[in-house]
Amino acid sequence: MNWILNNTEQTWELTREHLYLSIIPIIAGLVAALVLGLVFGNRRRARSIITTLASAVFTIPSLALFVVLPSILGTQILDPLNVVIALSLYSASLLVRTVFDALDAVPAQVLNAAEAVGYSPIRRRLLIDLPLSLGPLAAGLRVAAVTNVSLVSVGAVIGIGGLGQLFTSGYQRSYPDQILAGIIMILILALLLDRLIAGIARLLTPWLHLSTKETATASASGSEAKK
Amino acid sequence: MIGEMLSYLGTSSHWVGEGGIAARLGEHLWYSILAVLLALVVAFPVGLFIGHTGRGKIVLVSLSNTLRALPSLGIMTLLVLLMGLGLFPPLVALILIAIPPILAGVYSGVANADALVVDSARALGMKDSRIILQVELPLALPLMLGGLRSALLQVIATATIAAYVNLGGLGRYIFDGLALYDYGQVMVGAALVTALALVVDGLLALLVARFSPARRLTAA
Repeated sequence: MNWILNNTEQTWELTREHLYLSIIPIIAGLVAALVLGLVFGNRRRARSIITTLASAVFTIPSLALFVVLPSILGTQILDPLNVVIALSLYSASLLVRTVFDALDAVPAQVLNAAEAVGYSPIRRRLLIDLPLSLGPLAAGLRVAAVTNVSLVSVGAVIGIGGLGQLFTSGYQRSYPDQILAGIIMILILALLLDRLIAGIARLLTPWLHLSTKETATASASGSEAKK
Repeated sequence: MIGEMLSYLGTSSHWVGEGGIAARLGEHLWYSILAVLLALVVAFPVGLFIGHTGRGKIVLVSLSNTLRALPSLGIMTLLVLLMGLGLFPPLVALILIAIPPILAGVYSGVANADALVVDSARALGMKDSRIILQVELPLALPLMLGGLRSALLQVIATATIAAYVNLGGLGRYIFDGLALYDYGQVMVGAALVTALALVVDGLLALLVARFSPARRLTAA
């Protein structure tokens, strides 16, 4: 903790770099997953190809991807772009399955009703399917965000890693305090991002957070309807 | 770079002996399997308890999320500075990574066992221990194996970093290659660890499919 207080400027700078390295991939991954999900959600073949590909991408260890990307993209090994692209790929593959599942969970009656009152397929996708799947989507996004924040630090071993650089430099200088400072800052960042996404999702989906009494009645009638 | 990698992989002397590819693969698997087994010892009973009793769910969720955010490189380097080099510090970091997916798999598998089936078992006079062993655990098997699969996958990926704190494993090629600006060797490490992850994941996927309820129903 002392290290952070004695080096506020450096901590702040590394934190900013860390945030930027983890947030850009989350946004890029989310956009890619949403587009894939909304376009291919109803096409069985395309969907199974995407899911298989996504799980294969997710299998590639992060360090391997960080060091291999330069020779595929033609970037420098020290280019932060490698880390951003690698993490975007992970986020997209993690989220695309969530998007598929979330879209599947939208009740068919609602979709039929939307079509019956004249929604075009695209409008229905954007105005009905998407908002109704925000709940599970936010849960997936929180996992992706927390994972990203911790994965960014691995980049430190190739010189790009935001707060992860406190680990490599603390290790080389045998200075445990500095490493501990990095761990604490990363945990705080992960927690803040997690809460932020949860908060935004809550604001966007007021119907998921009715008062307990209303929810109880709703779920009671829901379970009756199911039987 | 790809050419260098292929010529490295094509040289038979690179495969055998101390520090050869076969030995590095063995080390990598050894760290990974050891970590997952030890994580299983911790996470399995806890997941079982929470899933069966339904108590401590909130603790479980926040604990898993914290562990997920914990950076393995930080844990490894910190523990090495505090306790010295050796297998122990990286092993702790790997165990911490393996715990959340195993815990989630066991917990959700047991908690999602059909309540009707569990209640019927109780109505038939089964004791808690028998309900757990003969009803909940068999029903939980697919989700538990799924958790085990993602735990092993993440551990294999992260075991690569153990070479940063002077351990062996396939990460050796990446770190030695980076230090020597020998990117062919870096690619060797990256390719081997990716191949290992894909193969192990594929084998576990087959195992999960083998024990999934749909499969058993069609078999019967």
